[in-house]
Amino acid sequence: MAIKQLTGAQAVLEACIAEGAETIFGYPGGAIMPIYDALYDYNDKLKHILVRHEQGGIHAGQGYARTSGKAGVVFATSGPGATNLVTGLADAMIDSTPLVCITGQVYAHLLGTDAFQETDIINITMPVTKWNYQVTDATEIPGILAKAFYLARSGRPGPVLIDITKNAQIQSFDYEGYTPCNHIRSYRPKPVIRKNFIDEAVALINNAKKPLVIFGQGVILGKAEKEFKNFIEKSGMPAAWTILGLSALATDHPQNVGMLGMHGNYGPNVLTNECDVLIAVGMRFDDRVTGRLDKYAKQAKVIHLDIDPSEIDKNVKAHVGVWGDCKDTLPLLTSGIQEKDRSEWLKVFADYTQKEYDQCIKEELNPSTEEMTMGEVIRIVNETTKGNAVVVTDVGQHQMVACRYAKFNETRSNVTSGGLGTMGFALPAAIGAKFGALDRTVIAVIGDGGIQMTIQELGTIMQTGVDVKIMILNNQFLGMVRQWQQLFNDKRYSFVDIQSPEYVMVAKAYGIEGAKVEHRKDLQTAIQTMLAHKGSYLLEVMVGKENNVFPMVPQGCSVSEIRLK
Amino acid sequence: MEINTEKEEYTITVYTENQVGLLNRIAIIFSRRKINISSLNTSPSEIAGIHRFTIVVMESRDVVMKIIRQIEKQVEVLKAYFNTNDEIVWQELALYKVLSEEITEKVKVERLLREYGARAVAIRKDFIVFETTGHREETNKLMKALEPYGLVEFVRSARVAIIKESSGFHEKLKDFEEKQPSEEVIENEYLGKREAVFTM
Repeated sequence: MAIKQLTGAQAVLEACIAEGAETIFGYPGGAIMPIYDALYDYNDKLKHILVRHEQGGIHAGQGYARTSGKAGVVFATSGPGATNLVTGLADAMIDSTPLVCITGQVYAHLLGTDAFQETDIINITMPVTKWNYQVTDATEIPGILAKAFYLARSGRPGPVLIDITKNAQIQSFDYEGYTPCNHIRSYRPKPVIRKNFIDEAVALINNAKKPLVIFGQGVILGKAEKEFKNFIEKSGMPAAWTILGLSALATDHPQNVGMLGMHGNYGPNVLTNECDVLIAVGMRFDDRVTGRLDKYAKQAKVIHLDIDPSEIDKNVKAHVGVWGDCKDTLPLLTSGIQEKDRSEWLKVFADYTQKEYDQCIKEELNPSTEEMTMGEVIRIVNETTKGNAVVVTDVGQHQMVACRYAKFNETRSNVTSGGLGTMGFALPAAIGAKFGALDRTVIAVIGDGGIQMTIQELGTIMQTGVDVKIMILNNQFLGMVRQWQQLFNDKRYSFVDIQSPEYVMVAKAYGIEGAKVEHRKDLQTAIQTMLAHKGSYLLEVMVGKENNVFPMVPQGCSVSEIRLK
Repeated sequence: MEINTEKEEYTITVYTENQVGLLNRIAIIFSRRKINISSLNTSPSEIAGIHRFTIVVMESRDVVMKIIRQIEKQVEVLKAYFNTNDEIVWQELALYKVLSEEITEKVKVERLLREYGARAVAIRKDFIVFETTGHREETNKLMKALEPYGLVEFVRSARVAIIKESSGFHEKLKDFEEKQPSEEVIENEYLGKREAVFTM
């Protein structure tokens, strides 16, 4: 059989097909034109979503990866196209989101000559990629892309960027087919599990009187939701989640005791400093979770399960570091631990929940004031969707409220920018989230600040007809910063008073239906109308201007110093 | 658990694949944390195709351990070790250029060479180049001795170090599957061929 001749550009697309990356988010430009030219003939096999800005493209790729569990694929051109990816790369890096980004680059012989639209994207993105590589010769493409997909999704996932010079895209070569990569000599995706650490962890758990499990996105990334549930159910332990761990365990699971950290729930925060064994699963002790480290869980023996050895002992010293994929390590722990009744310990959490409900949650979900609250909006969404929707959030007060109160039955239902806190994330991420889970309802909850950062992606919704429900919670402020200025800067409201356009009119200009709600009496119907609507819909809800998110662990305080008001 | 924050000199040894850009990936792990690298050497190792970095920093053990894990996390890094000075044998090489006129008239060159364990590596009518190897204090001593006689140029290499307890990397590499040969480094072969290529 004669060996097929392919161009480098065609080889890129063949790799995407072979890897099952049927949806690509991208934006064309000079240096990536050969790939787009090839794409013209691959229209039946690959779906390309034309975004309005490369940052929108990469956030869409992230949303896609989060709901689908596959690597998101993003195309961008050289120079500004590539630099516009940087925020998304940093976001994906810190939130361990698998991405393969392909950027065009100037001809290889022009590298280093300050050619038109040349930037050194390899060096720019080095700290925000798990791996990156510049291709200058087409023959490298099949092997390098196989490596890129393998690295993006294996071990602790992350973003990979492949920069391909224009000559390599054009160049024809003998294509010998695509071989997926499953081994790189210098790369250890999963550390070896050590039996003695499993035994030590089991012994600690079995002897614990007041154990607390805290879990993060590792459970979702490891596709270990079932293993995790078995683990906590057998041991009867309470489990609390980080913002990225949200939805790995159903909200109404009796052992789900709520959210950790700065705006988390009262019980899990206070009781972190009272438990005797703290079992951290696939989480990285972010400062927003731990508060003051020198007053964090000092009384507890810490067991830390992580696939990434560099996370163990990084922020919190582990007494037992269980290296490995939690999909493998959790069942080993489960088989060793004893079944226990821990209802008394769970009752302590319930008491804290009640206190928090009385002093904080009740008023947020069913306010007695005339002003609407973000919490009541989320409550009505819960009542309407029954917890079956994917909720994508932006960054700020609405994010904290949505994550605190949204109900989830299924995993991979919460998409948010956790580690980087990228405003402008939600709208494009929601587009991607929908493409990653076409059979699910996707609701983007966004503040009036964040929506204005990437509002251009309404154009992507218009052109693709993708069905995304956009809910803007408008408090006419950059609310989270305002809250801090109120609490810590004597109400000196410095540049947080942000004006908005008429969002419904903007949506209309893009051919998207919408409505604005200013009074409580219209809220429920408006949300029901939005969710019943066929196609995208924008709902703007005017909420109280100066509402604060509580509880709160003020910065520099211990988790046990959490304030209810 | 108490964290030891006392700083000490650590020598970090990193075995890596030979890849363009890896030096930068390793360097930014230090610069991101605002840690100064006091010496850095890259060279081949005992195994063909595998490179060896030798990096010296003044840091606490706790910080160095975290850095080691970040280095090992890099895809193309095979293994990283860290050692205190009593766990390694190390050398630095120094070159000194002095004017022949000055040095032959005023100093007994022969005595100088013996005293400091130096060699003359170039002797010309106009200048002489001496070389010593040793620890920093030793190479510094000769610099001090030559300063009064018009030391024209001085340069010292990075530290190279052998780990006393190490049995080399051959065994370890078997873990990493020696079946796989190291990949060829693909460099940019088009550079400087601007005229020959059509561009947009």
